[in-house]
Amino acid sequence: MIQISKRGSLSRGKALIIRAVGLLLGILLCSLITVIVTGQNPTEVFATIFKGSFGSNRKTWIFLQNTAVLLMISLAVTPAFRMRCWNLGAEGQVLAGAMATTACMYLLAGKVSNATAIICMLFSAMVAGAVWAGIPAFFKARFNTNETLFTLMMNYVAMQIVSFFCVKWENPKGSGQMGIINQKTQFGWLPQVGNRYLLVIILAVVLTLFMFFYLNSTKHGFELTVVGESERTARYVGIKVERVIIRTMLLSGLICGLTGFLLVGGINHNVSSEIAGGQGFTAVMVSWLAKFNPIIMVLFSALLIFLGAGAKELATGLGLNQSFGEMLTAILIFFIIGSEFFINYKISFHKKEREVK
Amino acid sequence: MFDIVSFIPRAVMQGIPLMLGCTGETITEKSGNLNLGTAGIMYVGGICGVIGAFLYENSGVVMVPVLTVLIPLLSCLLGSLLMGLLYCFLTVTLRANQNVTGLAMTTFGVGFGNFFGGSLIKLVKADIPSVVLTKTSLVFSRKLPFAGNLGWFGRIFLNYSFLAYAAIALALIASYVLKRTRTGLHLRAVGENPSTADTAGINVVRYKYTATCLGSMISGLGGLYYVMDYASGVWTNGAFGDRGWLAVALVIFTIWRPNVSIFASILFGGLYILNIYIPTGPNLAIKEIYKMAPYVVTIIVLIITSMRNKRENQPPAALGLPYFREER
Repeated sequence: MIQISKRGSLSRGKALIIRAVGLLLGILLCSLITVIVTGQNPTEVFATIFKGSFGSNRKTWIFLQNTAVLLMISLAVTPAFRMRCWNLGAEGQVLAGAMATTACMYLLAGKVSNATAIICMLFSAMVAGAVWAGIPAFFKARFNTNETLFTLMMNYVAMQIVSFFCVKWENPKGSGQMGIINQKTQFGWLPQVGNRYLLVIILAVVLTLFMFFYLNSTKHGFELTVVGESERTARYVGIKVERVIIRTMLLSGLICGLTGFLLVGGINHNVSSEIAGGQGFTAVMVSWLAKFNPIIMVLFSALLIFLGAGAKELATGLGLNQSFGEMLTAILIFFIIGSEFFINYKISFHKKEREVK
Repeated sequence: MFDIVSFIPRAVMQGIPLMLGCTGETITEKSGNLNLGTAGIMYVGGICGVIGAFLYENSGVVMVPVLTVLIPLLSCLLGSLLMGLLYCFLTVTLRANQNVTGLAMTTFGVGFGNFFGGSLIKLVKADIPSVVLTKTSLVFSRKLPFAGNLGWFGRIFLNYSFLAYAAIALALIASYVLKRTRTGLHLRAVGENPSTADTAGINVVRYKYTATCLGSMISGLGGLYYVMDYASGVWTNGAFGDRGWLAVALVIFTIWRPNVSIFASILFGGLYILNIYIPTGPNLAIKEIYKMAPYVVTIIVLIITSMRNKRENQPPAALGLPYFREER
């Protein structure tokens, strides 16, 4: 007989060991698959994976920048998740922000000063992201509309809107793409801090600290945690649940919009419906794997970006498809998800007792 | 002129993968599992069929029609079954969060599909430029021989391959089983209120496993139909696109009724290709707005059902929630 019972609490060290074992098993399986598929020996494989993120100075900076972007989106979805409100619409909210930024860059070009334009871009991106999250939040609060499905659908609406403007403002004509926006004038491009990667990284660090503080030491953070634990309790102690839901989702969308602003204005200077690249979904996993703890999210986003870049490096070197990385990352996530069970539950084996005649 | 006789068959062919995906996901959701991995499962179903067919076509043996169908079909079913089992193992046995597991499954499935789609030739060291399974596709897309002779009637109603009719049959069967049989009642009970179902002596874990695995296999067939019939046996990375998510949307649109999905998926299929048929002139951008239609329509349905708050139109009450007997 196997008996499963809930653990009261597990010491941090033990939980960490279980997670590490899960992660190791996952890495073991991934490397096994890699070795079978590629026929290389494991040390070579690991060396290549490492080179993907740290092979050159530039790669390291890109690694840090991508980690920062993923981290920001993960931080964005976290307050909503803490409230048990499944915001799967980060992808769309980032796109909304990116689109608003693009629109400002395109329409204001040459009409106002660069500084004014950047302020407009930032403001409109945050508003656009917030609106994109606010619509499902309003219906969730008012009519209890399923937010998981609603936010999911909003992603595709956003994608089509971006595609629409990409074709409408295409450059050069007939390409169906916008190309680099304001390439000659660099109008609306964010100023570089140190080098072209540092700005995003600094903002991500600031945001991480802000979110840690917001969730753990403010009244807002407390309220949304109570709503997440039990809506009834929240109502009983006088928290206006509807308001908390809308406020939290707006914050989620706002940060997503900010990320979209950075992606277009600071990193890519280009927009397409692929600009978020599925990171809105990856962020959901990062946030959940980190148990909604902003500090641990740094580790998980770095891990996922590291693996993705490594697998890409592997695939390119061997002429294989780049999706190899996605596959391996997902396998690893399965193992981490699975190991949660052993942290939360205790399994005990009993011998079946012989029936007494 | 709007050519309805050529529009409808194309809408139907677009709709069939959605119909299969939707039927599978509805069965899954009725057991209380919100499987967001459907998009990934459909990819896996498609690519497993492709791998099976590819190995058979290039094995050098003389191809028998029966095996040409059976090998891809079975490998597709096996692939999607394994995905379903993985989902159940993680969410039911290991009690992991359904949304996170589902999203990870989608990442995995899409990665798996595109990886093998792009690397299959290199991996088996075959001497061909791309994955084109013409022979298999010819068998899969074989139509009724007299359909072409029956004018518009034949072209609209009879001009499809066997998987298309199987999809309609599966939707009808699923609808009947869910609504009219004891098994269906038990399954719905599990999705609505698992602890009550458990008290009534229904094996919740078994129902969840069976429904989800069956649902995955049906969804997987959608991927197979897409690549073997619609795409004429040509696997292009990313060509399947967001159809998996559209299938999830369709489940809401049909308010969890597989029989409605027959018409709804053809409607969605039509909306999906409407932009090709509506004359837009030089304004190509507006096509992108038309492509938004299925999602906007779904959002509207979602809002209206929650506003009207009619009991029979609601999602299964325990959808997305894990069930632990010990925590009742």
